[in-house]
Amino acid sequence: MSSVITVKHLTMKYVVTKDRADSVKEYLIRYLKRQLTRDEFIALDDISFKVGKGEVVGIVGLNGSGKSTLLKLISGVLKPTSGTVERVGSVAPLIELGAGFDDDLTARENIYLNGAVMGFSHREMAKKYDAIISFAELEKFQDRALKTFSSGMRARLGFSVATATKPEVLIVDEILGVGDFLFKEKSEARIKELMAGGTTVLLVSHTIKQIRELCSRALWLDEGHLLMDGATREVCDAYEAGAGAL
Amino acid sequence: MTLSPYDIFAALSGLLIVAVLVVVLVELPTIRRYLPAFLKYRHLLGTMVSRDFKVKYRRSVLGIFWSILQPLFVMLIVTFVFSNVFRVAIADYPVYYITGSFIFGLVSDSTGASLQSVIGGGSLIKKVYIPKYIFPLESCLFALISALFSFIAVIIVYIVQQYPFYPTFLLFFIPMLYATFFSFGLGLILSALVVYLRDIAHIWTIWLTAWFYVTPILYPLSILPDYVQSVLQFNPLVHYVDYAREIMMYGAVPGWQENLICAGFALVTLVVGLAVFKRLQDRFVLYI
Repeated sequence: MSSVITVKHLTMKYVVTKDRADSVKEYLIRYLKRQLTRDEFIALDDISFKVGKGEVVGIVGLNGSGKSTLLKLISGVLKPTSGTVERVGSVAPLIELGAGFDDDLTARENIYLNGAVMGFSHREMAKKYDAIISFAELEKFQDRALKTFSSGMRARLGFSVATATKPEVLIVDEILGVGDFLFKEKSEARIKELMAGGTTVLLVSHTIKQIRELCSRALWLDEGHLLMDGATREVCDAYEAGAGAL
Repeated sequence: MTLSPYDIFAALSGLLIVAVLVVVLVELPTIRRYLPAFLKYRHLLGTMVSRDFKVKYRRSVLGIFWSILQPLFVMLIVTFVFSNVFRVAIADYPVYYITGSFIFGLVSDSTGASLQSVIGGGSLIKKVYIPKYIFPLESCLFALISALFSFIAVIIVYIVQQYPFYPTFLLFFIPMLYATFFSFGLGLILSALVVYLRDIAHIWTIWLTAWFYVTPILYPLSILPDYVQSVLQFNPLVHYVDYAREIMMYGAVPGWQENLICAGFALVTLVVGLAVFKRLQDRFVLYI
């Protein structure tokens, strides 16, 4: 099986300057007083794994274990301190829904903008437009400014755009919990549909049940270390036992 | 044949251009790697420009006409103040002023917008991967298109003043392009630095005001003492404004020296801008 995502010795360190100086004056004063202390925070420590085409991988871990950092590195938002990420094909990140939405624009305009963010032309998006708006159930609101939308409507629109473009890799961070239960079912169905179509999915969720249902494989991150990598059942059982014991 | 300082300046500028071209040639394989990404995101560039127009003129009755009306009104005020109050003796003052201010406006709009562009794109940068230079590039493109609308104001002033149109008037796009490349270079530097040091935004507003006055927009360069005139040769805008006036007002085409100087400022700034931006861009996301 050819791998779509190859992560090699990935390490991410954040340099946290205590009380960051925002102006020259402040910076100079701190510099002269030698108060520019820096702390290093290692968010991910030497992580390596491969994800094959069409695999659906769940990532579990407690808050602050580095899950979101890992997704951001894979989607290219962050540059790693060391190590490499290799990707094949287009990546649609759902790190937060509606990335690149503009509040002043209408839902319609935002669909085209969001499509462009993922590299699609107006014409390509026009073909998908009806499907996107009907999946999001926002036909009545398509020409309203986004700022009038509720968070649920926004999430539906974001999910609908990101999944309509049939990306090769879909990165999903805690978003299947949005919307009412009907939309939740619908979005799970959509993810399954994409999976069947060969899309590789990376899913972060605190709802272990969801991971058990959707994923074939799981990674367990703990304080930046890859603690376990294997079949969903084993990893989830160990995680629930381990996390409960903490 | 003796070389004037001006010729030497032009020759140096020419040498810099050659140096830059050599660097570009050497780096060509690297540059070519960026091409597919640029092509992929060209739709985004277009969409962002049209979004900017929509957002800028949303809920305004006259909309895009403001791009024409605003420079016209400013021109009327400036003409009134300088022709009647200060009595500056320049023939065809409205034409003189608007030809210069239109180029300055292009530079100040593109750099001002570029400066905020990366910070403004923060929500995107934090969530998805897109080439970050797209933000200052979009700002400059938007300013360039707006300037084309302002150019209609320039034409209106020429017509109302019954000023002759020389055939060289059609070359108006040359100083615009010089100014745009120069501004894009500056915009890259500003937009990257301001992420780390927000003070630059304030400094830049002050600098733009100063820059307006050290560029002969309201007055002719010749009223200044000789040594000030020589120093001001290092102000690129002196050359760009002068270029615009030569072709649009006086029906002359600046010689190779002037073109070398104009292109030199633009190209060197652009390359420095790209280098600075490339160095700083990876850590934007941590500071926005």
